[in-house]
Amino acid sequence: MSKRDGFIDITDVICPITFVKAKIAMEELTSGEILEVRMNDGEPIQNVPRSFKDEGHKVIDVIKNEDGTFTVFIEKDGL
Amino acid sequence: MGKVDYKALKAGGFMRQVQKDCFSMRLRTVGGKIGAEQLNKIYEIARDYGQGYVHLTARQGIEIPFIKLEDIETVKAELAKAGLEPGACGPRVRTVTACQGSAICPSGWIDTTALAKELDAKYFAKELSHKFKLAVTGCSNNCLKAEENDFGIKGGVQPVWNESRCSFCGLCEAVCPVKAIKVAKEDGNLFFDQEQCIYCGKCVKSCPVSAWHGKSGFLVYFGGTFGNKIAVAKQILPLISSKEKLFSIIDATMGFFAKYAKPGERFRVTLERVGWELLEQELREIEE
Repeated sequence: MSKRDGFIDITDVICPITFVKAKIAMEELTSGEILEVRMNDGEPIQNVPRSFKDEGHKVIDVIKNEDGTFTVFIEKDGL
Repeated sequence: MGKVDYKALKAGGFMRQVQKDCFSMRLRTVGGKIGAEQLNKIYEIARDYGQGYVHLTARQGIEIPFIKLEDIETVKAELAKAGLEPGACGPRVRTVTACQGSAICPSGWIDTTALAKELDAKYFAKELSHKFKLAVTGCSNNCLKAEENDFGIKGGVQPVWNESRCSFCGLCEAVCPVKAIKVAKEDGNLFFDQEQCIYCGKCVKSCPVSAWHGKSGFLVYFGGTFGNKIAVAKQILPLISSKEKLFSIIDATMGFFAKYAKPGERFRVTLERVGWELLEQELREIEE
């Protein structure tokens, strides 16, 4: 399991608030730190990691949880 | 005034209305793109010759209702000033629709707008035995509903995995809509089921380390119709890698339709009557 420096759960919001909420959480961190994001299957897993990629952050691990959600670890400015 | 040739008017995009001597004038549009100056002209015509409004059609077109028979030539001349002209209806190639594609949309794999312009320049209003609809959609999200058209084009990519770059994070497995990818993180291995792949390229777009890459191409769909008869167009060819080949397939398809269709018959009906195998055979011939 990857270490984390911040955590945000975005399973309670829908697009486009999903990425907005995750992005605000990422802003709290400094370069090289890792944000853990819990998100739903479907649109969030399709779009949120890709949006982080577009902003220069690197997905380092993806875990599928038993409840159908995903936990994604993202390194700030890792790209 | 002499006898009105309604058929000629309809070919030019003038639809006879319930109201006598009034026509809903359809404009020639490509990929749903209209310039600001053209919108200005459309505004003026709707205000001066129509009833001050436009109708947006189901296929990205604009119609200006209530154009009077006696104003048609004047209105055509006004349209020409803004580089506009009436559209098509009747048994011919209709408005070419397109999403915004890779020039605008992060999901797009192909430049749909540029392709739609080429299709329009080459085929618009070409006479066939029935209406013939072309659509271009940039990716498998399918905003432009490729399968609803007589000939639909969809952007896609053939994904290729580069093991040396892979970080085995598992994101591609999570985003693959058809579960064609399995990542074994512990063993540092990845399984890709080519047979399941739908060429959506979500693995390529999302991969954080560019371990997935691939060349974009075109998926094509034949025989969609969503009027009185409802039938989804079928994909009978693998991903097409070049635009030259795409155009040779479209030429062959229209040639096939012109050759085998009975008068007034829609492409899907022809396909079902003569058999899909015949089209597949003709398409194989251009392959060779």
